[in-house]
Amino acid sequence: MNVLLKIENVSGGYHQKNVVNDVSLDINQGDFLGIIGPNGSGKTTLLRLATRVLIPVQGRIYFREENIFKIQLKEFCRNTAFVSQDVAANFSFTALEMALMGRIPYLKRLEFESRKDFEIAEKALSQTDSLGLKEKRIDEMSAGERQRVIIARALAQEPVLLFLDEPTAHLDIGHQIQIMDLLKKLNRDKKLTIVIILHDLNLAGEYCNRICLLDKGRIFKEGPPDDVLTYQNIEAVYNTIVVVSKNPINSKPYVLLVSKEK
Amino acid sequence: MNKHFKKRILALLLLLLAAVIFGLIKGAVNIPLADLWLKENQAIFNMRLLRIFTAVLAGSGLAVSGIALQAILRNPLAEPYLLGTSSGAGLGAVLAVILGVSRIYLPLTAFLGAVASIILVYNLAREEGRISDKSLILAGVIVSIALSAVIVFLVSLFGDQALHEMAWWLWGSLQVYDWRLILLVSLPVISGIAAIYVFSQDLNAISLGEEEAAHLGIDTQNVKRIIILITALITAGLICICGIIGFVGLIVPHMMRLVVGPNHKLLIPTTCLAASVFMVICDIFSRTLFPPIEIPIGVITAVIGAPVFIILLKKGRRI
Repeated sequence: MNVLLKIENVSGGYHQKNVVNDVSLDINQGDFLGIIGPNGSGKTTLLRLATRVLIPVQGRIYFREENIFKIQLKEFCRNTAFVSQDVAANFSFTALEMALMGRIPYLKRLEFESRKDFEIAEKALSQTDSLGLKEKRIDEMSAGERQRVIIARALAQEPVLLFLDEPTAHLDIGHQIQIMDLLKKLNRDKKLTIVIILHDLNLAGEYCNRICLLDKGRIFKEGPPDDVLTYQNIEAVYNTIVVVSKNPINSKPYVLLVSKEK
Repeated sequence: MNKHFKKRILALLLLLLAAVIFGLIKGAVNIPLADLWLKENQAIFNMRLLRIFTAVLAGSGLAVSGIALQAILRNPLAEPYLLGTSSGAGLGAVLAVILGVSRIYLPLTAFLGAVASIILVYNLAREEGRISDKSLILAGVIVSIALSAVIVFLVSLFGDQALHEMAWWLWGSLQVYDWRLILLVSLPVISGIAAIYVFSQDLNAISLGEEEAAHLGIDTQNVKRIIILITALITAGLICICGIIGFVGLIVPHMMRLVVGPNHKLLIPTTCLAASVFMVICDIFSRTLFPPIEIPIGVITAVIGAPVFIILLKKGRRI
């Protein structure tokens, strides 16, 4: 199998305090990898380390067998893109301006976007079903619309590897499925490798081919959804009672919560 | 959008031309347009032209610095004097007056005071090699207040002679007293504005957040450092020739964001022109309202700027 990003014994965090401890993880070409775990288990920190926002205290990360810190930053950002939970909308850019920002890694300073950049940005908007929002400003959009535009910006970077940090956190189930289906389609048709942090275990079970369960900065269990989403694993890490059953339509694992109060 | 942009630039250029012509005609003495070129009016003509040049320089320099700082700090209240430049320069000038340094060196001492306070603020805001936005703003406010207190203390100790000489300066003036100094200061100001424009793409990305910008391949820490340095140079330079002119650097960027949107590639050139028009008009008022007394320019910018901004804010949908 073709390893795209290799995380090797990585530790790191903030102010000399490690949040992620000795994590090793291979991300293969074509993966739809879900990262799950309780609050504070190091999910976001792991993605920050993998995308060069944080420098690891220990260990190395390779992109296509090259140490990521040896790659030029702009070159790295032509291959990987990042979608965060929610982008502050203090500045009222239009959807098209947002999508065009995805072209920054391809532009030199003072170089204006070419016709080709506009085409790529518009294509990214249409892929996320937001071409109709082209002239709308982000501070006037709903959370779902804004998230689609942010994903369009990431797609305009034409990455081979897309990181997402809980992209569905503020969305209702209809919009959640819309975003997740879009990612599935990109993963299947465009061979886009996806690494996604999810809080919703059922979304993770439904869409991911691999799941990585983090606990206290370490990998607790990693593998296909059926192996990771077991009631033993979840009860151990989340310290809560659950029942895992099968989705009757596609027999994927399904997690039911059980209240401790009678 | 591009068509709009060209139209706006053209409209602003025409406005600027009109303002400049008005600025040349109006004054303590009004000179008809046809007589401007006469030999006997040459001295007034030169003086007014230089004054208008200073207005354009100060307007665009302060407004573009405001834009850049508002973007890198993602704070709508950021303005060019945020880093303690004004009170640092004020202290430098007051010290020079008290110590009896020749007036020729006043701009230099003001410049040194401004630079010293920026260095102080910058170092206070540094945490593990990174510049924290909140610390930068807080350090700027605290250093400004502390230095202002020192100014008031010195002035109260040494009588109001120092204050009197400083008064024009604390509220700004475009009076020309040394054309060579104006030309000297125009160099860093103009190249500073050009340099900020070179960073417009980076400013767009950083205005969404530092991490967002990093994911687009931008070296945010370096860009921030460079922008802080450039804006400091622009404001410290301008303080030497026209004192402290408030409001322009805060209000004009917001006004233009309401009109052209937040994209810095369009925002910076249009703001340069709009701020120039604004300053030239304010200067006309300052010279002609109560001749021969000149109203400090800072008073006019506040009095005109605030209502214009409120109207735009009520009419427009966003900042």
